Amino acid sequence: MKLTHILGAALSLSLTLPGAAFAADINGAGASFPAPVYQAWAAAYKEKTGTGLNYQSIGSGGGQNQIVNRTVDFGASDAPMKDDKLVEANLLQFPTVIGSVVAIFNLDGVDSLVLSGPVLADIYQGKITKWNDAKIAELNKGAKLPDQAIVPVYRSDSSGTSFVFTSYLAAASGDWKSNVGAASSVQWPTGAGAKGNEGIAGTVKNTKGALGYVEFVYAAANKLSAADLVNKAGKVVKPETKAFVEAAAAADWKGAKNFAASMIDTAGPGAWPITSATYILLPKNPTNAAQSADVIKFFNWAYTAEGDAIAEKLHYIPLPDAVVTDIKKAWSAEVKADGKAVWTN
Amino acid sequence: MDATLTGTQASSVIATAHKPTGRISDPIFVALLWASGIFVLILLGLIIAMLFEGGLPALKEFGISFLWSTSWNPVTERFGAGVMVSGTLFSAVIAVIVALPLSFGIAFFLTEIAPGPLRRPIGVAVQLLAAIPSIIYGMWGFFIVVPLMAAYVQPPLIELLSPIPFIGALFQGPPLGAGMLTAGLILALMILPFITAMFVEVLESVPPMIKESAYGVGATTYEVYRNVSVPYGRAAMVGAVMLGLGRALGETMAVTFVIGNATRMSASLFAPGATIASTIANEFPEASQGSLKLQALLELGFILFVISFIVLALSRLLVRSKLKG
Repeated sequence: MKLTHILGAALSLSLTLPGAAFAADINGAGASFPAPVYQAWAAAYKEKTGTGLNYQSIGSGGGQNQIVNRTVDFGASDAPMKDDKLVEANLLQFPTVIGSVVAIFNLDGVDSLVLSGPVLADIYQGKITKWNDAKIAELNKGAKLPDQAIVPVYRSDSSGTSFVFTSYLAAASGDWKSNVGAASSVQWPTGAGAKGNEGIAGTVKNTKGALGYVEFVYAAANKLSAADLVNKAGKVVKPETKAFVEAAAAADWKGAKNFAASMIDTAGPGAWPITSATYILLPKNPTNAAQSADVIKFFNWAYTAEGDAIAEKLHYIPLPDAVVTDIKKAWSAEVKADGKAVWTN
Repeated sequence: MDATLTGTQASSVIATAHKPTGRISDPIFVALLWASGIFVLILLGLIIAMLFEGGLPALKEFGISFLWSTSWNPVTERFGAGVMVSGTLFSAVIAVIVALPLSFGIAFFLTEIAPGPLRRPIGVAVQLLAAIPSIIYGMWGFFIVVPLMAAYVQPPLIELLSPIPFIGALFQGPPLGAGMLTAGLILALMILPFITAMFVEVLESVPPMIKESAYGVGATTYEVYRNVSVPYGRAAMVGAVMLGLGRALGETMAVTFVIGNATRMSASLFAPGATIASTIANEFPEASQGSLKLQALLELGFILFVISFIVLALSRLLVRSKLKG
């Protein structure tokens, strides 16, 4: 592993070098899903304070690797890091914004469609292969469903979106949980893989009868038709902000360790079932206290009304206030250089 | 004959001639040349060593069956290279099968048939094909070729050929557009200019006298091509094909866009598949350090390296034996 380490370090060094030229700038890397909002925040924050942020959207796994190696000031990940790994790497984990995943489809003559978790799991396992299957028809009474093959499309690149989506399928279907499982990439039993949100959207648009999943941010920006879902409470919910906010509120934040509260398939009557937060990973023992304080100041600003407005404009959901209060407590209590907190509220 | 003569003359000249002065600069220059040569060897050695060392834990975990196991499950951490190895070979072979006759045709047309004014534009066009970045091939494939395949090529082929026993297995499944065949076709376009350029070189090096003699005894254009030009350049042509094959084996971005990225084994040409390079491109950014997945990916890289090495070695061997014959 030594040689891989050296190569990895060289790679990360080359990635962060442009930032190193401006010592005051913050360097972050990781998840691509929140990249648009981080970049929008960075632009507004730079205008306000002069402190810039370089955010490299290299994927959640890359973000975790880089912060474990301490080659960036913070890492970003869609999937929360495992508790023991956080302890081992001495990292503080906190959420920034909440996003949702929606199911998009391409079906002639059908504009609105209702699906459920178990039905999605069956489709992605190849157990439901036609659009006029009895199980889909039951959810869409009165709709004219064609006798057409369903072409399931998934993310070929490993991605936080896939993690959120497969987590939902695993929560909604025991069958999926035992046969496939949840991860940023899984062994898909059927269908075709396409790279990135653009790849999925392109394939679904081009293929009659295709079904895919993308982040709501992306679906909204490109006006893709997304299916309604039956949630845990048995209600049909539309993919819209109201339902995402309710999912965030219904999550068990108090009981969650390292802020990894699950918003997947929550019990709220109006909650969108495929909702998840995205996380920041920050060293608890920063070598450069000033730099670490700058990172915290940045996210502290991002939680203000100003930051929330930017996030909402991009279709992300801000965190509930109580959660933000807890995050601020964690910052001052846990991030310390030489035994002294780098930031106090 | 001429060439060998000049060669011997040249070497004898070097051997006997008084070496010019420049006592300090000369050794430095020679040392630099040595360094450049050795540098490549060291670099290559380090890359192989890194891939091997990084992938060793995966090899230890799964044993030699890693090579043909068809499981690639990041959830249960059961990894095998079977699907990717066969996908890599399958797509590269399709590419060569499609590109080879086309290259022959273009090269022979350019050297024998094409009128002067047409020769340059076509030659330049072929060279420009090589200058297109692979990501552009990928995007073009994704937005243009895949929908065309799904709408017009695959449905009639599936309807026509899939009921036939044995061969039918190659044409099963829904018309996705993306898949092994589409990947092979895009790869064929990508290696076409390389093979063609070398074929043109080879055909141009056929001494005109031999061809003229053949025409003189009444051979047709095809017969000259078949019996004079091709046999004369066969060794170099094999080398050209092997280089094209080598390039097709390692192509990453273009394939990732059009192959459908499924780590499942399938006999069908229309089914989505994966190659070693596309799997690495897809999975590497999310593979965390020290994970079995990263080790399996490094092992995949090592296998690709070995496959490419075998192909190159094979081409050298073929060229050499043909030259002797």
